[in-house]
Amino acid sequence: MNQHASTTPAPSTAGTPLLTPDVLVIGGGPAGLTAAAELAGAGAGHVLVVDREPEAGGIPRHSDHTGYGLRDLHRVLSGPAYARQLTDRATAAGADIRTRTMVTGWAGDGAAEVTSPEGRFRIRPRATVLATGARERPRSARRIPGDRPQGVYTTGQLQNLVHVHHQPVGKRAVIVGGELVSWSAAVTLREAGCTPALMVSQYARAESYAAFNAAGRTVLRVPVATRTRVTRVIGKGRCEAVEIEHLDTGRRRTFACDTVVFTGDWIPDHELARTAGITLDDGTLGPVTDTALRTSRAGTFAAGNLLHPVDTADIAALDGRHVAEQVIRHLRGHRQPEDGLRLAADVPFRWVAPQILRPYDPPPARGRLLLWTDEFVRFPRVTVRQDGRVLARRTLPWPAAPGRVFRVPSALLDRASATGGTVRIGLD
Amino acid sequence: MTPATPRAPHAGVHDVAVIGGGIVGAAIARELSGYELTVALVEARDDVGDGTSKANTAILHTGFDATPGTLESRLVARGFHLLSEYAKATGIPVEHTGALLVAWTLEELDALPGLRDKAEANGYAHCRLVGADEVYRTVPGLGDGVLGGLSVPDESIICTWTTSLALATDAQQRGTDILLRHSVTGVEAHDGHTTLTTTAGDVRARWVVNAAGLGADHIDRLFGHDRFTVTPRRGELFVFDKLARPLVDKIVLPVPTSRGKGVLISPTIYGNVMLGPTAEDLTDRTDTGTSEDGQAYLLRKGEQLMPRLLAEEVTASYAGLRAATEHGDYVIEATPEQRYLVVGGIRSTGLTAGMAIAEHVRTLLADAGLDLESRGRLPGPPHMPNIGEAAPRPYEDAELIAGDPAYGTIVCFCERVSEGEIRDACHAPVPARGLDGLRRRTRAMNGRCQGFYCGAAVDALCRRYTRDGCGDRDDAPTVPTETSVPTETSVPTETSATTVPTRPEGQR
Repeated sequence: MNQHASTTPAPSTAGTPLLTPDVLVIGGGPAGLTAAAELAGAGAGHVLVVDREPEAGGIPRHSDHTGYGLRDLHRVLSGPAYARQLTDRATAAGADIRTRTMVTGWAGDGAAEVTSPEGRFRIRPRATVLATGARERPRSARRIPGDRPQGVYTTGQLQNLVHVHHQPVGKRAVIVGGELVSWSAAVTLREAGCTPALMVSQYARAESYAAFNAAGRTVLRVPVATRTRVTRVIGKGRCEAVEIEHLDTGRRRTFACDTVVFTGDWIPDHELARTAGITLDDGTLGPVTDTALRTSRAGTFAAGNLLHPVDTADIAALDGRHVAEQVIRHLRGHRQPEDGLRLAADVPFRWVAPQILRPYDPPPARGRLLLWTDEFVRFPRVTVRQDGRVLARRTLPWPAAPGRVFRVPSALLDRASATGGTVRIGLD
Repeated sequence: MTPATPRAPHAGVHDVAVIGGGIVGAAIARELSGYELTVALVEARDDVGDGTSKANTAILHTGFDATPGTLESRLVARGFHLLSEYAKATGIPVEHTGALLVAWTLEELDALPGLRDKAEANGYAHCRLVGADEVYRTVPGLGDGVLGGLSVPDESIICTWTTSLALATDAQQRGTDILLRHSVTGVEAHDGHTTLTTTAGDVRARWVVNAAGLGADHIDRLFGHDRFTVTPRRGELFVFDKLARPLVDKIVLPVPTSRGKGVLISPTIYGNVMLGPTAEDLTDRTDTGTSEDGQAYLLRKGEQLMPRLLAEEVTASYAGLRAATEHGDYVIEATPEQRYLVVGGIRSTGLTAGMAIAEHVRTLLADAGLDLESRGRLPGPPHMPNIGEAAPRPYEDAELIAGDPAYGTIVCFCERVSEGEIRDACHAPVPARGLDGLRRRTRAMNGRCQGFYCGAAVDALCRRYTRDGCGDRDDAPTVPTETSVPTETSVPTETSATTVPTRPEGQR
């Protein structure tokens, strides 16, 4: 459990306009917009979505490639089209979406403090959904030494530069990481006329290879250096090269490039959750939630990649659909039950979400537990234990692969005893 | 602000040229342009405060631990008061956090009373010995094994970027010509004046002050002296996420040893926590890269000092170079026959001492024969935008936003920088000319996401406002035609690369 949660000191709020919607959704990405559409459509009252970007839609806005909407809308769209679709649906359902509107902290009475071009105000809703998403760790957070030249990006910044602002990047790039998003970076680089000259992955295989068929890989044609890490960024002014190291041999070499893209390695945008004093999970670094997506703060729910950094946009959207029902129950006076059973991940899993099981709660969204693995396992045999006793064991037909979420049917938890200890999920 | 009297140099010859647009050079230019003098501030880079001044520990020192009797000790103590007052007048962010020296060994514990006596010899009488329990009460996150401490209640944190800018802006408003991208390559003595050859043309001046920081010894040699050699001493630092700030609300200093001042943990004026610096003598005066060894060392130290800090995310790491010399003190000497004065060996204390150094330089120049005639009316000190956390920022100011919604349009989310501030920085008297200058004026892109969300938007605003404001900009992404690093692997031939989608410049 994360012990660093703190609350911001309460500044004076006298005279600040106060809004009192029924539901406040913080973050207008796939999870927030879908939650808002469902809530407004179900008559939850005034549903207010605030988003700090100039347009709602979240990360798909600048992910200008196809593959969005499969699981939630049952069709395949480009990122920007998907973002527009979700925004339109929420608006059509009656949700009030305010962009360029940022929650900057919490007032003493628990109201959100907000800044927008229209001014500074407070929002005190009956229920809150945190849907603030996740971002990639930049080079500095990965503690990679060297020079600090231009031309070093995260995928998010790269896609914004290329797809939203139509800016040029360099000619020859190194992509750090082998997650799904890393291949997305490769696509963006090619569109910008920059050759993805090398992908670097610390794993023995590029994490998300399995997601691509051989034909897909042939089209992308990016050489992958596996079991490799970047040890230094070189270049004054503009990037000139990176130094890379083979993890097994220790051999180092420099690889020329004018662009470096740090991809994946996601961290939830948990600032608001943490400053609200909400309990965070040590693995995900997002709020600890139960299967109803309640956080430790009464009336505050969370959904999307804030909880599982990072899953695909449609899974985040389905979280939004899942949380809406629970928020409505809360608005109708259903209060949070006291106790819950803790769920924990064992090696090679880094985290599991959600983390709390309660006897009368619904199963998690899509009936799936989400996990993140640090090892590639072709035929994963998932084992659920409680107090040393095996509750369930099942070999799943899909691999556990680093760099993408591993899904486990929540039915494997059915035999957990409500009065027992922590339920542990691992591999045999 | 009152406009300065136009002060054209007589026949193209300035009364004084100050080489070096860091804190020290800017403070000297500001001081001298308070008199009836024409002053040029000659800076090699494309911005003021872009060298040593931009990357330090940003501590406003009381001077408690200086070597008593040195020029440095006197100027730091004086500078502490001058800069504290100046910060109030200009809005340079300062937080009076106080510092705590922490002893982890018996040897360090035994050294504390001596440090208190030394502080008193330096004219600073407020240090107090404290027990381990009080140390832990003050900074509960410290690692195990603290034996005791010494409190230094007046040590403070300050914004080094705003300090450079305030001094340079003030100098400019008093009439100083700021000549950027003028790297001095040669010196020619003439009858009555000196010609400085620079990469952007000649600069002529009757008197020359050398405050060139890491290059001060090179300039000094151009004048025919051999007084000192600058050894760049690299200091690497980690900046931890703002969410770590509740862990540290005081500067936590190690007990200094013969090997240096050691690694400290300090809050920053922007609400982060800093760990560092290392101390490593280099030969390359441009090597501000961070290193594997440096980072490993800091993490080891951090693990002992405050293990909980290491669980927090790192927002940034950087390295600065101190202009160390073989002398134990500042080298500030006038050579009247050359109408020349050197200001060398100004280490990290230069941030605090800068304004006092400027006063001292002024008196030395007067003694050397420079006529100093007071000017009747000086423009008031500039009012600097607040980029610190101690005072309200524009995004929190309802009245300001009501008057101009651009201050309510947050562009950089992590640092809560508004479009209004970015615009202002690009239109300031000493304007931002690119992203790095903008970072130092607004904090934009300095936050935990390092541009994931805001990088492209900030870049677009910077291009828009520098175009309509101050014109030149040279940091647009360019592609080197040739790299000096050999390519190793064979790269598949690219055949299907599409062209970059471009739009007209005015596109939003």
